[in-house]
Amino acid sequence: MSRPVRFNIHPREAQVADAVASVEAPEGYAGEGFFTARLSDVVGLARKNSLWPLPFATSCCGIEFMATMGSHYDLARFGSERVGFSPRQCDLLMVMGTIAKKMGPVLRQVYLQMAEPRWVMAVGACASSGGIFDTYSVLQGIDQIIPVDVYVPGCPPRPEAILDGFMKIQELVGQESIRRRNSEQYKALMNGYGIE
Amino acid sequence: MVYGQRKKMTNETIQKRLTEKFGDAVFHFEDTYGMLTFEASKESNLKILQFLFDDTELNFRFLTDLCAVNYPDQPGRELAVVYHLHNLKDNVRIRFKVFTSISEPDIFTASKLFSAANWMERETFDFYGVNFVGHPNLKRILNVDEMDYFPMRKEYPLEDQTRRDKDDEMFGR
Repeated sequence: MSRPVRFNIHPREAQVADAVASVEAPEGYAGEGFFTARLSDVVGLARKNSLWPLPFATSCCGIEFMATMGSHYDLARFGSERVGFSPRQCDLLMVMGTIAKKMGPVLRQVYLQMAEPRWVMAVGACASSGGIFDTYSVLQGIDQIIPVDVYVPGCPPRPEAILDGFMKIQELVGQESIRRRNSEQYKALMNGYGIE
Repeated sequence: MVYGQRKKMTNETIQKRLTEKFGDAVFHFEDTYGMLTFEASKESNLKILQFLFDDTELNFRFLTDLCAVNYPDQPGRELAVVYHLHNLKDNVRIRFKVFTSISEPDIFTASKLFSAANWMERETFDFYGVNFVGHPNLKRILNVDEMDYFPMRKEYPLEDQTRRDKDDEMFGR
């Protein structure tokens, strides 16, 4: 059966208001010439809208990420225009693709080189669980060596799914207490992975 | 000698030349899809490779591939080491096999004769545990150094056994 072809014969006029998004101010008390709010809200707002992702792309999910960064899906709309390739400068480690066991220590070192606060997103079935590669040479999910904040399912996930995962990360980042990284619970998590 | 006039090398001439030299020490000659395959005892592998290399008629001076095969149903000869050799002058390829038991998988290294054998023997050791006697640097080449088994041997399942949270039914275990 042939697919019906549709033509956009009634294009809508572009509305500037649709294309521009602005961030809402956090809850607070405003007066003439001053504004008070919780520090963690302001810090979270700044962090979540200027995440610097570090793409760790090893296979097809990395190709989908390239589309995500491209003009059509445009990850820059979410405040991460700047993709860094140095772990020292980045907040968000995006692991996209199959991680072989031999690459495990490399990935772990990249994670250790990132400064706190840092977040990790496992994109795709392979990074999340080893995917179809249920075999002796492939790491069965990167959460065996580093803690993961958000998993994006799919093989590979569409750019929309990666964006959805990215927005979940933003949610986490925006709501995080600035003291979380000093908490006992967080230290125990890190110790669970043999870090610090 | 003009190229066109040279005698064409056939599988029969190779077989004849080898039997003249080694007699019953080379056996199981087979012609699989036009490619000559034969077998010898594992002790004589270097002698035969050297002869194939040196002989002015044979000239098998290029080692295309070296690998192993595991035959768990053949007691005493569970591991086969296969050499693929190429005569670049006449463009003829042959396959040479030696068998060994899995309990004592010692085979003389071909790395002194073919430098290419160095990494290929490391790979064969890595996956099948064939111990190449005399190899200058016999250690794992592809797998992680911590691996404590030889994954391509058929006694091991292909799947990663360290996983506990995958549904066996879904993964065909």
